[in-house]
Amino acid sequence: MHPAAFAYSAPGTLDEALRSLHELGDDGRVLAGGQSLIPMMKLRLAEPGHLVDINGIAELAGVHAEDGYLRIGALARHADVAASPVVRAANPTVWTAAQWVADPLVRNRGTVCGSVAHCDPEGDWNSVMLAVGATVVARSAGGGERLIPHREFVVDYFTNALETGEMVTEIRVPSSTGPAGGTYLKLERKVGDYATVGVAVHLVLALDGRIGRAGIALTAVSPRNLAVPEAEQLLVGAEPGPELFAQAADVAARSCSPDSDVRGPADYKRAVVAAYTRRALDAALAQARAAA
Amino acid sequence: MQITVTVNGVQHAHDVEPRTLLVDHLRTGLGLTGTHIGCDTTSCGACTVLLDGRPVKSCTVFAVQADGRQVRTVEGLKGPDGLHPVQAAFKEHHGLQCGFCTSGMMLVGAALLAENPDPDEDEVRWALSGNLCRCTGYVNIVKAVRAAGATLRGEATTDPAAGDDVNAGESAVPGTPAATPVPVAGD
Amino acid sequence: MTTVHEPVHELQGSPRTSATICGVGHSMRRKEDDRFIQGAGRYLDDVVLPGMLHMAILRSPVAHARIVSIDTSAAAAAEGVVAVVTGEMLAGYNLAWMPTLSGDTQAVLATDKVRFQGQEVAAVVATDPYLAHDALQLVEVEYEDLPAITTPQQAIEPGAVLIRDEKPGQTDNVAYTWEAGDRELTDAAFARAAHVVSLGTHYPRSHPAPLETCGTVADVNPITGQATIYLTSQAPHAHRTLFALVAGLPEENIRIITCDIGGGFGNKVPIYPGYVIATAASLVIGKPVKWVESRSENLISTGFARDYHMSGELAFDADHRVIAMRASILSDQGAFYADAQPSKFRAGLFHICTGSYDIGAAHVTAKGAYTNKAPGGVAYRCSFRVTEASFLVERLMDVAAHEFGIDPADLRAKNFIRKDQFPYLSATGFVYDSGDYHGALDVAKQLVDYDGWRAKQAVQNAGGVRHDGSPGDGRLLGIGLASFTEVVGAGNSKDFDIVGIKMFDSAELRVHPTGKAILKLGVQSQGQGHETTFAQIVAEELGLPAMDVKVQEGDTDNTPYGLGTYASRSTPVGGAATAMVARKLREKARLLAAHLLEADPGDLEWEPGRFTVSGTDRSVSIQDIAFAAYTNLPDGMEAGLEGVTYYDPPNMTYPFGSYVVVTEVDPADGTWKVLDMVAVDDCGVRINPMIVDGQITGGLTEGFAKANMQWITFDDDGNCIGSTFMDYLVPTAWETPRFRLGATVTPSPHHPIGAKGVGESATVGSPAAYVNAVVDALWSHGVRSIDMPVLPHRVWGALNGIEVRP
Repeated sequence: MHPAAFAYSAPGTLDEALRSLHELGDDGRVLAGGQSLIPMMKLRLAEPGHLVDINGIAELAGVHAEDGYLRIGALARHADVAASPVVRAANPTVWTAAQWVADPLVRNRGTVCGSVAHCDPEGDWNSVMLAVGATVVARSAGGGERLIPHREFVVDYFTNALETGEMVTEIRVPSSTGPAGGTYLKLERKVGDYATVGVAVHLVLALDGRIGRAGIALTAVSPRNLAVPEAEQLLVGAEPGPELFAQAADVAARSCSPDSDVRGPADYKRAVVAAYTRRALDAALAQARAAA
Repeated sequence: MQITVTVNGVQHAHDVEPRTLLVDHLRTGLGLTGTHIGCDTTSCGACTVLLDGRPVKSCTVFAVQADGRQVRTVEGLKGPDGLHPVQAAFKEHHGLQCGFCTSGMMLVGAALLAENPDPDEDEVRWALSGNLCRCTGYVNIVKAVRAAGATLRGEATTDPAAGDDVNAGESAVPGTPAATPVPVAGD
Repeated sequence: MTTVHEPVHELQGSPRTSATICGVGHSMRRKEDDRFIQGAGRYLDDVVLPGMLHMAILRSPVAHARIVSIDTSAAAAAEGVVAVVTGEMLAGYNLAWMPTLSGDTQAVLATDKVRFQGQEVAAVVATDPYLAHDALQLVEVEYEDLPAITTPQQAIEPGAVLIRDEKPGQTDNVAYTWEAGDRELTDAAFARAAHVVSLGTHYPRSHPAPLETCGTVADVNPITGQATIYLTSQAPHAHRTLFALVAGLPEENIRIITCDIGGGFGNKVPIYPGYVIATAASLVIGKPVKWVESRSENLISTGFARDYHMSGELAFDADHRVIAMRASILSDQGAFYADAQPSKFRAGLFHICTGSYDIGAAHVTAKGAYTNKAPGGVAYRCSFRVTEASFLVERLMDVAAHEFGIDPADLRAKNFIRKDQFPYLSATGFVYDSGDYHGALDVAKQLVDYDGWRAKQAVQNAGGVRHDGSPGDGRLLGIGLASFTEVVGAGNSKDFDIVGIKMFDSAELRVHPTGKAILKLGVQSQGQGHETTFAQIVAEELGLPAMDVKVQEGDTDNTPYGLGTYASRSTPVGGAATAMVARKLREKARLLAAHLLEADPGDLEWEPGRFTVSGTDRSVSIQDIAFAAYTNLPDGMEAGLEGVTYYDPPNMTYPFGSYVVVTEVDPADGTWKVLDMVAVDDCGVRINPMIVDGQITGGLTEGFAKANMQWITFDDDGNCIGSTFMDYLVPTAWETPRFRLGATVTPSPHHPIGAKGVGESATVGSPAAYVNAVVDALWSHGVRSIDMPVLPHRVWGALNGIEVRP
């Protein structure tokens, strides 16, 4: 119910924050939205020695589309992303997923970068970032930007590829080079529940209407958020259609290894992966064609 | 650590431990017990307050994070002219039974209306989906928020389903409803 | 929500009183709301007393283990800690064990063993709750694991490990056995039956989870010996008596004060170990001690609900009329038998399982088993197990209808008790007071457009267009009914008592010289609006404006003795007491009026608030009379206008209704959505129609929660899954269906104002309607039954023939 005691600082600039993190080493932990960290601290599942609160650092705020990227700052709340016309235009997969994270109150506080860095295997954002091919931007004291392809960023559950003293300052989602569409379908038992199954799909069409780029990633059916490269490769260069999509959906279902638990047996989850991948591909295609 | 939090328009300077949750600071440090605690996993929303105008769960924010910020609690919904239309609507439409979730529901409703003055039923239900209620089944909560919206837009509320419109005797609360909407979001 | 019924006034008559007086039938806006909407409610955790300390409880992480050692030394030395309490210390005061409401004993703090995950093991009292929790981490307990019993079937297997080895004479894990009805008559009927339909079903464990958890501030004054105990209690007087018996404190020195209660639903009826430990700590330390449990503690250790493994059978004649019913129950009682129910009934009022049907013979057997789980079972708006009973018979009727190929509404109508059969003596001895089951079903069918939905269902489920005309996509329509009768208002002194205390209830009314009044009650609101509705009863009977009647509950020094509020008993019993005491005062008022008007009392005509001399325009108001009661009395009459009534209800009351749920199931992921839900309730005369509707929608939502997502379950080691709101799923406004309410009004013939009580009707009646709807959608795909909660994966499992482990 009550966290253990900790030391606290709230630097006003990014440089100060990075210096603190460098000095604190493993004892320091970034506090952004806190909607994943604070609940863990209240249950005493996490007992960081020192929290570095970055909420006052203006340069980390905001969501911008520039230089061919959608740039989501470290302080961009899920709600900001969900309400952003910039995001909606730049990447419907990201925009849709933002609606379904947690609940409206948590979305007002929690951050996209925080969720990504947290690496909860049942979290939604890492599937979305896998599907859209994001890049994580990390900074550390005395260093410049380190660009980490998102596929290398998620190492294990609750473990990311950051070095000690590094923090995520931004996530970059490439803007599509052609007509694009995508969505995130989340089967949850109620608002605020973790996904039973989540499917992120992002499609970019080539000029001739074939699939130029495909991203498919799954939530809660593997030890980590799972990209499905075999299904993606099946789609790239192909003419979109129901049979192709059914094949890709089957591949996705075969590729994952869900646990049997309170949310259902493994076979059930695989069946839902197949159904939702199919539906998500249909929706992505329809959006992309409408954008063409 | 010394912090200064503006709560319902009044600055409060206190020395708190970093680990003190904002909800505990409000309830125990400031004696504002209208914000309630209903769970321990950030699930129920009974602790909802407005932080710089946005509804958040005050059990999942440290008091030190509210240093220099504006907080509005249920005690600050009422304005100089009387009850906020949301408060009046909750009474008029039987939007509460035990009252424990009500502070949070009203604050979320007020914040929603400040952003979306005429939400439909789905929009209200979606906005409230972070706040649990065990008594009412949500029906009258949704009705109350939409009715408050109508009041704020200057429209009469028509509610043929309410039964006879009875507020027997004098209203116990002066000046209801507020003639001028009390700004809530963004303060 | 749209309320599509005829306005209630057309059904029960327009209110007799004006809007100013505001008696029965007015949708008076609630007086209690003014404080809640301004954040000025006073709940238990808002109570702050000078010098108050804070208590936190250490709980067992395992389901079944011997306690080898407890080391509290580090905790006792921690910052801010005033005391650390163990079972051994309490044993010195004979407080390590306490009696339950069902005649068993329950550990206050574990001494020999822990018997469920979450059981209380030690307590820390400190100056601050954060420090108390810090110190809790320092208590060291060594456990020696024992095998955990996680199902009642396991519990009753020969050779199962003995859970209650401390109980003298207990040689197995059976807590009780019980039966009701007539075995021979029932067996004979089954023997000659043309058809027998049977169903096994588990009504899963769930939890009332009111939004406010349980707690206490115990303030035992060392100098005066007064114990002022602020308590989240639905039954303050009964709790006071129990505290006196358990703690050995003189009853006149105990004052239980309930504050505003943030929901009860039966969760705040039992006495919990935390209350006893806090009181003992306050007694020993000499300072007030506050204990407020966390949500996890509430879910893992306090009074859960249901967990009945039931098998039922209906015997039909060749005409599909039910001639007999059998039910057998195996109940999971947890580690201590602590059901809060009348002492004579080990399975509560489950034996009303013949429901709304005219069934000549019935037999019920019940067995309760101990398991390594939290104690409880009777809670969550169950009316003492009527939820379980109603679910069983309504599921059986639907299964039977499907097996016979008869429309479920028609099968019910054929078997209903008819309106002219009331009062009706059921096969298990209940005397139903009044009902019109055909009437309610007809209204429900009409409101939902039953025939229209059946027609759409035929098209959609055969692969045609969906109900809204869009192309079929594999989704299936289902329509589910439940026509429940429930029984409330416990209860007559012949049959009902709780730990020996009879279940009367009380009302004390005093009218002041200026014509205002105070009504003090033995019942206890937890959100049901008593400050308003009970004032309306006084307004109805005495003509005093309801706004002028202050209603007080919950301070045992200042209210008459009552058994409290649960099982929908406030209106049937407390409401009756209120009407009767107001009538007593009206009789005295008549004499005073006669004195003032210099007339014969028999020549006076009463209208709400006024006596008039017949045939004249000479009259006096009730306010004039009130003043006279203190200033102008006839010779020989005592001053004052006040009285108290203790009401022993002659019978229970029997609210009823018909609910129809229309759902659409998606076979691809197993999800189901409620497209329409109509609920027609009959609770007799409605005192405040707005409040009645609110109770119903609340109950329909709890019913939906149980049918759709809510449960507490355990793994094989006895770990509780469902001890936080992340696993114990409570629906939000987004998942909760929209409801449409209808009404019929069939007054109770024996209740002074014809009212029956309604708080639990919707939780009793609705779960079966939801489940019947889903099964109806899937019946032609070979699905006969899915246990609650009907989660998506269980729907999918049923459709795909895969056994899904709960």
